[in-house]
Amino acid sequence: MANGAAAVAEKTFYEEGTSSRKGILGWLLSTDHKRIGLLYLGAVGSFFIVGVILGILMRLELIAPGKTIMEPQTYNAVFTLHGVIMIFLFIIPGIPAVFGNFFLPLQLGAKDVAFPRLNLLSWYIYIIGAILVLISLVLPGGPLDTGWTFYIPYSVRTGANVSLAIFAAFVLGFSSILTGLNFITTVHRMRAPGMGFFKMPLFVWATYATAWIQVIATPIIGITILLVILERVFGVGIFDPALGGDPILYQHLFWIYSHPAVYIMILPAMGVVSEIIPTFARRTIFGYKAIAISSLAIAFVGYLVWAHHMFVSGLSDTSAMIFSLLTFIVALPSGVKIFNWVATMYKGSIDPKPPFIWVMVFIFLFSIGGLTGLVLGSLATDVHLHDTYFVVAHFHYVMFGGTGTIFFAALFYWYPKMFGKMYSIKWANIAAALFFVAFNALYFPKFIMGYMGMPRRYYDYLPEFADLQLISTIGSWLMGITMIIIFWNLIHALLKGPKSKENPWGGVTLEWHTSSPPPLENFHVIPTVTHEPYDFSQLKEMKNYESD
Amino acid sequence: MEYEKQTEHKHHHVGYGTLILIWVALIALTSITVTIAGISLGSYTLFVALFIAAIKSSLVINIFMHIKFDEPIFKVFLIVSGFTLIVIFILTFSDFIYRG
Ligand code: HEM
Repeated sequence: MANGAAAVAEKTFYEEGTSSRKGILGWLLSTDHKRIGLLYLGAVGSFFIVGVILGILMRLELIAPGKTIMEPQTYNAVFTLHGVIMIFLFIIPGIPAVFGNFFLPLQLGAKDVAFPRLNLLSWYIYIIGAILVLISLVLPGGPLDTGWTFYIPYSVRTGANVSLAIFAAFVLGFSSILTGLNFITTVHRMRAPGMGFFKMPLFVWATYATAWIQVIATPIIGITILLVILERVFGVGIFDPALGGDPILYQHLFWIYSHPAVYIMILPAMGVVSEIIPTFARRTIFGYKAIAISSLAIAFVGYLVWAHHMFVSGLSDTSAMIFSLLTFIVALPSGVKIFNWVATMYKGSIDPKPPFIWVMVFIFLFSIGGLTGLVLGSLATDVHLHDTYFVVAHFHYVMFGGTGTIFFAALFYWYPKMFGKMYSIKWANIAAALFFVAFNALYFPKFIMGYMGMPRRYYDYLPEFADLQLISTIGSWLMGITMIIIFWNLIHALLKGPKSKENPWGGVTLEWHTSSPPPLENFHVIPTVTHEPYDFSQLKEMKNYESD
Repeated sequence: MEYEKQTEHKHHHVGYGTLILIWVALIALTSITVTIAGISLGSYTLFVALFIAAIKSSLVINIFMHIKFDEPIFKVFLIVSGFTLIVIFILTFSDFIYRG
């Protein structure tokens, strides 16, 4: 690979943009993938904060039985909005749109993505979708109250503003499809000389597999949403048995997208883990090909398990058995990854810096999330646990404990590359420890409550749940404090933090071979790839790394 | 037809005649679908409808979307997506057909 060219006194992408405009317009009209990645970071981060605040408000309502701070109908609207924001505005675009945009071209040794203008358009479509969600909140009829799954028949009958809100999800889908299309083309067409498919970093592999899901699965949610709108406006009867329709068809269509979508959420996170572990264990990744191929396997098998969300909906028994079996099969490629990560650390010389510690938090929380998924994937236990807090605990462990944690790990890992500044290592570690405690206090009681029969999406509860609900609410406060520490640490570093070294962690993938922050077109000279992606012997040749 | 002679050419141009022919074929197939919906074919109705839809989409994909004339990699992409779609259909039917 190129030899970690020490920064020549050249302009960074902050100082030199793609358009001649200065200031805010220089960003809003920029087609530079790095600026677009940061635009996404701003937008996605802001929505995440809103989502967290809504979560904390819900927990406050649930601190004691009976009404505390809001009306039941408000609670319905709040959990729906929390779900919609977290899913469609935070976790689906999160890692691909922010870190994928910023790092895919860098890791491939390319100047930009294949279609830079389309890339900017995707961001605008995302923003338009987000604005539509906001408008739907204030229009007459009131905010959406269906839950983030928009199940019929309720979503067709409720007086709330369903059509506009779900149309917003339709629009957001286009942003996702275009980003996917862009990434697939970039991977096929823009690799640096010498970079064969099996020399690509694993984050690229994961983003590539994700991009395929985005392109193939997202149109299905698009059509489904249009059908619900059609049903609301014209009463066609596609989902109405009285008119010859099939209500379960809605759930099929919804989950044919939304289950692969959970792999849109987790695959890029797994890619980030495969970057961070080798860097901090100073060892090449164990089972490179197995990890790369397991991403594709997850992307494909992930299509075949959607009906495990529907075991108690009236699905045929035959079908339920098939889907339960397939669900167990999809756990295999995820297991392959976990074992390979752990094997990579074995006998490594581990340097537990914040990104690595966040990854350890991930492995622990995600394993709990994944294994409780198997409890829900078994038919007998699911009948008992369906639509209880057990499910709420499970998906927070996989989505928040899994992808959310890695969003922070990625931020801590690539922060010096993106901003050229260094945050406080001490506070990042404190935040990781606090996050771990807060997370388990917030969500572990929900497993127990779910097992005891506490249904999800309920505004009130029986007195026997009071203690566990209280613990969970206290957990949500700790979580709020953790978030403040993280954001304060990162923003403080941006404004006042010390300049970071060029390659503070000793990374060897291509993004570490250019200066931090990178110049407009990423590399002073387009690199030629000669090493395997995680070959740490090249650190000696890299001029920008000084070990401490 | 003109396009049959020069399939592998990169900048292939499909004549207007062909395009119109395909368009007419699509409309004809649509009217067949509508007509068949009125005839009771029992459990075959759905399969006939899907079969016609498959013919229509292959026309659109091959001619209108130029897949027939493009590089093989696009065919691979398409086959993977098509295969996924077929599996999704089969799995959905595992519910629909066996529902008690
Ligand atoms: C401080 C952080 C968070 C808190 C306190 C929190 C709390 C909650 C609560 C109390 C519920 C409603 C449970 C019920 O009544 O059924 C909920 C639902 C949900 N949460 Fe979170 N959450 C947080 C973060 C997240 C994150 C990061 C994600 C996604 C990445 C997420 C995704 C969801 C989803 C999808 C629902 C389901 C909404 C629905 O039922 O339609 N949450 N959360």
